[in-house]
Amino acid sequence: MSNTLTRRRFLKISAGTFGAAAAATQLPRVAQVIAADAPAAKGVTATPTFCEMCFWRCGGIAYVRDGRLWKFEGNPLDPQSRGRLCPRGTGAVGAYYDPDRLQRPLIRKGERGKERWQTASWDEALGYVAERMNRIKAQYGPESVAMFNHGIGVRFIQHVLKSWGAINFAGPSFAQCRGPRDVGFALTFGTGLGSPEPTDIANTDCLVLIGSHLGENMHNSQVQEFAQAVERRIPIIVVDPRFSVAASKAKYWLPIKPGTDMALVLAWCNVLVSEGRYDKAFVERYGKGFDKFVQEIRRYTPQWAEAETDIAAATIRATALEMAKASPAVIVHPGRRVNWYGDDAQRSRAIALLNALLGNWGRKGGLFSQAGIKVAGYPLPPYPESTKPLADNPNRERYPFADEAVTTGIRDATLTGKPYPIKGWFVYSSNILHALPNQAETLKAIDTLDLLVVIDTIPSEIAGYADVVLPEVTFLERYDELLAGWGRRGWLALRQPVMPAPHEQKPGWWIAKQLAGKLGIAQSMPFDDIEQYLRARVEKSGYDWDKLKREGIIMGPKQPITVEEGLELSFDTPSGKVEFYSDQLKEKGFDPVPKYTRHPSAPAGYFRLITGRAPVHTFSRTQSNPLLGDAMRENEIWVNGATAKTLGLANGQYVRLRNQDGVVSNRVRVKATQRIRPDTVYMVYGFGHTNPMLKSAYLKGASAAQLTTRYATDPLMGGTSIHGNFVTFVKED
Amino acid sequence: MIEITTTRHNPLVDPHLAVWSWEIPLYLFVGGVVAGLMILGGVALLRLARGEDPRGYFSLHAPLSAFMLLNLGMLALFLDLAHKLYVWAVYLTFEPASPMSWGSWVLLLVYPLLLVSALIRLPEAWPWLAQRVPALVRASDVLLASAKTLHLLAWLNVVLGVALGIYTGILLSTMVARPLWNQSILGPLFLVSGLSAGAAALHVLASLLPPQRPAPQGLIGGAIGALVQPLGPQPPEKATADALVRADVGFLVVELLMLGLLLIGLVTATASHAAAFDLLTTGRYAFAFWGVLVVLGICVPLALQALELAHRIPHTVVPAVLVLVGGFTLRWLMVNAGQMSQIVQSAAR
Amino acid sequence: MARFGMVIDTRKCVGCMDCVVACQTENDVPVGYARDWITTEVRGEFPNLTMQIRSERCNHCDNPPCVYCCPTGASHVSDLGGIVKVNASRCIGCKACVAACPYGARFIHPKGYADKCTFCDHRVKDGKDPACVSVCPTHCMVFGDLDDPASEVSRLLRTRKWHTLLPEAGTRPRVFYLT
Repeated sequence: MSNTLTRRRFLKISAGTFGAAAAATQLPRVAQVIAADAPAAKGVTATPTFCEMCFWRCGGIAYVRDGRLWKFEGNPLDPQSRGRLCPRGTGAVGAYYDPDRLQRPLIRKGERGKERWQTASWDEALGYVAERMNRIKAQYGPESVAMFNHGIGVRFIQHVLKSWGAINFAGPSFAQCRGPRDVGFALTFGTGLGSPEPTDIANTDCLVLIGSHLGENMHNSQVQEFAQAVERRIPIIVVDPRFSVAASKAKYWLPIKPGTDMALVLAWCNVLVSEGRYDKAFVERYGKGFDKFVQEIRRYTPQWAEAETDIAAATIRATALEMAKASPAVIVHPGRRVNWYGDDAQRSRAIALLNALLGNWGRKGGLFSQAGIKVAGYPLPPYPESTKPLADNPNRERYPFADEAVTTGIRDATLTGKPYPIKGWFVYSSNILHALPNQAETLKAIDTLDLLVVIDTIPSEIAGYADVVLPEVTFLERYDELLAGWGRRGWLALRQPVMPAPHEQKPGWWIAKQLAGKLGIAQSMPFDDIEQYLRARVEKSGYDWDKLKREGIIMGPKQPITVEEGLELSFDTPSGKVEFYSDQLKEKGFDPVPKYTRHPSAPAGYFRLITGRAPVHTFSRTQSNPLLGDAMRENEIWVNGATAKTLGLANGQYVRLRNQDGVVSNRVRVKATQRIRPDTVYMVYGFGHTNPMLKSAYLKGASAAQLTTRYATDPLMGGTSIHGNFVTFVKED
Repeated sequence: MIEITTTRHNPLVDPHLAVWSWEIPLYLFVGGVVAGLMILGGVALLRLARGEDPRGYFSLHAPLSAFMLLNLGMLALFLDLAHKLYVWAVYLTFEPASPMSWGSWVLLLVYPLLLVSALIRLPEAWPWLAQRVPALVRASDVLLASAKTLHLLAWLNVVLGVALGIYTGILLSTMVARPLWNQSILGPLFLVSGLSAGAAALHVLASLLPPQRPAPQGLIGGAIGALVQPLGPQPPEKATADALVRADVGFLVVELLMLGLLLIGLVTATASHAAAFDLLTTGRYAFAFWGVLVVLGICVPLALQALELAHRIPHTVVPAVLVLVGGFTLRWLMVNAGQMSQIVQSAAR
Repeated sequence: MARFGMVIDTRKCVGCMDCVVACQTENDVPVGYARDWITTEVRGEFPNLTMQIRSERCNHCDNPPCVYCCPTGASHVSDLGGIVKVNASRCIGCKACVAACPYGARFIHPKGYADKCTFCDHRVKDGKDPACVSVCPTHCMVFGDLDDPASEVSRLLRTRKWHTLLPEAGTRPRVFYLT
């Protein structure tokens, strides 16, 4: 049975009765959170925690009624949710009650991927893992065990692995998501953007979204501010081959030809410079290499860009001037998941340069400087030193500007054995069979492994190939590392258990501690109970542990985050200035100013496949959630209405997609719509599950990941492209 | 160009309404036949009271078969309910705005009425029962003796029969959400169709057993005999049978006219009603509407019966059967096409 | 007596379905059923398009056909601000109300009775907003007393352009969409 130590005691500790407030208003009130109980709320307990349905980590309050998890709502004190969660957070109740949840540790019987399991005790499973890890260590060294991870829950498992000697850890969020953007901005301003990015949408006078589809892409606080921006009727400019929800609320929708966004951004820079509408004072004071930059972008006129992008030169000019008018309270949103074509770091750099021309760095209504909160550490033994280079990007030779580990680099090292063999993978809360491009390569790499351990809450596709599957509890059932949030103000958030584990699932910290014991490094986890660790950190930082347990959030000190508030700008670039021309790029053989390259077009009869998000799902991990799966059971392939007619496709008809490499997808429903360019097709990412243990999600919709067989790698930082595949339609008989 | 999407996928409601399947068309049809039987039975009772029809064949046949059919109809209605254990709730109140409430109470009154009406000739028709329960014979005698009582029963049958025959049509016609039904002619249409179906039912019942066979005896045999051959092996008087055919011709003509009014009403009302008109006449229901209902169910039996009356062709049960098919088809069409019918979103805003 | 209604700003609504999921957890709506939903309307031809996004539910009409047709009085207008409710223990599951609603807002609960949005009257009676209104991240939904000229709903209806759904049905719905 589950650990009774954690279950009952935590419920008792966390139980404060939160009841109905006297008068409800729209504004979050602390009073509502800790108001006295009203008779109607008998049998209800409320526990603050923070969400892990995505990585935004909004603070919420979980309500349990008569022992049953009732609902999860926003914590009014939380600076991200501001009292209102997104639909994934609201649907977290479904994650707890997901009938397809992993229940107990599993050890593979027979071939990998055949999904024949024997259930094991934790002791057996972790013993198996430790034994194989030690074998790898003896034969190859501890550096040969690598980890792929996503989410805050990996903290202690990663710590134990590091204590054991592992050095290769990578999250897909770098090379398969925001990495190119952070590198592009770091090359320009000296710093990446972090998560969430510091976009002051609440105060901006002009918002530009390039591919970002806020509203469908449900970054809670940004969507809230986006809605405010819509209400304030500020000009919004959306660049997207698809008429997204954001596009429908925009003043300008630029239905750009996919692959040509760089041309548009450079043309915008060109307009601002040639018409003298850029922030001259900012450039003068903080810019370096501006003249050389101007030289390079001279040829990128709106007229030239029109031919590339399908956007009228007059529109390019008008939208540039719209931005200039609002300067410095204007944001060209850096986006997320910007790894489209393989030159994405440079495209992000172009976006950074555009923001620089608009002078919005550190400005109200622009990109502010994030504030954090200082939280003391816990005394933990140091990690052993390794003499080996990191396997993904040894000595930063392969990807000179990658400042985080590259997942596909680790995969390559596994495949090639260079710079040294990688023989074991840990995968924590990341469905890398969907996240990494070209599934065939991932499967080939897995074939060479001596050990594959997957730690997750649901039986994802990667779990299907594991040697050992370790079931973690959902975030509602566990403590995790403290969240020290960055934003307009830093804050400290606590995650604490709300419900007991329904089966034998365990929290990450517990798994880590047990594993440490099995590996003979119990001293790496020198506390019996994670509450001990968390409380020590909180109290050492001068904060009130009981208050944190009760309210869930403690705000950090205010500090100036904009020039208007007294912020002093500084740039951590080699020159100490905003680098319009980058010498360090030149030295490494890259374009010092971004250049436009035309990307390959679709072959005849094929359409470029672009992908995006739905507000009720997170990647490929919520489709089996009963609430969220019911809200959106399957994705659809968006096809322009005229194109559909030409191809004889009816709205609602099921088809299969075949990509340029002959890979055929699962059946997917056609959405014939005016909302997309005739040459492009679109689907939401994360569907088409092939693990039959995900019963309600199995073979529902098509998998974008499966069709992403062709990819280009960004030479600057190892990012892998997702929009370089083309599909044609295969009709059913 | 307008594209509309919804995330809603509620069972029986999306993609279109489908809450009523076979139970309701069956009940509507049976209810219509029963209504027709009651009205015709009432007329027969009047004639009996005036001494015009000593055998009074239909005066017993009608209420008895109506009683049987009504049970079938009520069963179908009960089976349709989604919250069966609470069916009694309908008799805790009377909701004047709800035709269904009206109908529920009418049905409550119809039952005893049919039983009493059947009682009048029952002992004659079911000797086995008459022997066992002499009280029935006495009661029957009392009823037969009083012309006034017979008159009352007759008019009650007619009035409640009309109520029964018309209320379901009114029920459907009050729903603005279903443009196909949303025509006040629907009530009278159902009533006339019910009269026609009732007449046809009587026809069919009368011809079920050939007159040569002797009347069955005993409990079971007697019961069945009472139903299908109530007053012995003799067929109804020719004059009565002819009157029935003439009446049916009249009913069919009126029904056809009312269908025409329904169509005119739909096509001249709103866009949603016009869309309902299309659904019925040119859409997926076109064959059922024109081919089965109008031609096979009304026009052909109309022509056949007219020819029968003109002695050009012999009497057969064929027109009656076709009328019954038509009657059921009308209900089936209305329930199914009606559930597909909805208020059409205006493309202009 | 109050007359409750809802005003929803379609400009701000992004169709995220938070209102749908929140209703389901708040009201224990069975999976597979929804008391509220998102409708999108797209007009025009590529690339000249407009789109309206709406969160829809029972409109708690002033002239409710679902109440008139009910043979048992289970479907009724409650005293709490005119919210239209179903008394499950009087419902026979005849489905007339489901057929009578022009908005398709009702459904038959797996337990057999007619079900739909209740404007979260269990919350409203304590002075709280319905769950959908409280959860909406874009704050596009407002709930209040239409008969109170000082309420936010009344103010919005005075100052903004709005429309209701299927006004031609004559139901006099109490959910208003701002454009």
